[in-house]
Amino acid sequence: MMTHREALEVVARHRKDQVVVTTMGSVAIWPQLSDSPLDFHYLPSSMGQGVPLGLGLCLAQAEKGRRVIVVTGDGGLLMNLGCLVTVAQYRVPLYILLIDNGLYEVTGGQPVAGARRTNFAVIAQGVGIPRVYECSERNAWAALAGEALQGEGPVFAWLKVQGEWGKATPTAPRPMAEQIARLREALR
Amino acid sequence: MMIDPPEIVSAMEQAGFTHVVWIPDSHLGRWETAIEQSRLSLIRVCREGEAVGVAIGLMLGGAQPVVVIQCTGFFEAGDAVRNAVHDLKLPLKLIIGVRSAQAAQRGATTDNCPHFTEKIVTAWELPHTRFDPTTADAATIQRELQTLAHQPSAAAILWAE
Repeated sequence: MMTHREALEVVARHRKDQVVVTTMGSVAIWPQLSDSPLDFHYLPSSMGQGVPLGLGLCLAQAEKGRRVIVVTGDGGLLMNLGCLVTVAQYRVPLYILLIDNGLYEVTGGQPVAGARRTNFAVIAQGVGIPRVYECSERNAWAALAGEALQGEGPVFAWLKVQGEWGKATPTAPRPMAEQIARLREALR
Repeated sequence: MMIDPPEIVSAMEQAGFTHVVWIPDSHLGRWETAIEQSRLSLIRVCREGEAVGVAIGLMLGGAQPVVVIQCTGFFEAGDAVRNAVHDLKLPLKLIIGVRSAQAAQRGATTDNCPHFTEKIVTAWELPHTRFDPTTADAATIQRELQTLAHQPSAAAILWAE
């Protein structure tokens, strides 16, 4: 099974001009792979609101066809699972990457409800997201990512990664006000 | 005197709102046809905190949304409101339907929504005004929504239902 970092390294290699919204544990990794004004580290956050935030960005930038990648965790998505139903109403270039480690990693590694048992691909398909991918190995994800991160959306990619314990609570690399100013400037 | 949904929606458009992110209740739901016939984009979500999350993205992307929800949903959405208003410091705008507020003014309800709504909105340090559609005319709602839209900070209208 791939690591969280390996999953994001693949994303970084395929990322072009998309906005990338990161949440929770991904905030600790993505700044080591990218430093773009189109990176938005959603921290401090309201847990579970990363996908809605990405949808809002897509809808606000619909005329420009701005593509948005949201990297969310299983704990966050479970907190707001209905957001997939909302997303599925729209044909927008939103690419949801679910990093599923089965854990609340930043709180000490307690398992989420239904850890490693919930079939997120079936849920995404069931709500009507047209393109759904599922991957647990680095090489397989590397082979799929080029297709998954382009073309019509929304897209849902369920990336199963190893659980990791003892990781520090992440902090965003810039204050929120600075992040917002950078992102808005880049979106003009 | 009672303003009708087309007047309300027209006032939203004139105020400059671009998107309505909502979960309707039996009062707010009467606006739906008028919203669908307007230039406003109607975004239907599944829970009220999610409405705030979508509004955050819309604001970051340059749009001017208004979140329209019942007070019960506002109670549920507390953490998202806290994040939008106090972490991200975004000018989140809400119309919050206060269930049973009109009946409460007559002493004709045991619903505790009117009792708690303003206390909770105040707890989140959200500037707000009260609005009673039964005593207002079109000019009043236009003025209220212009004020809401152009206030530089987050703000809410507590809409008596």
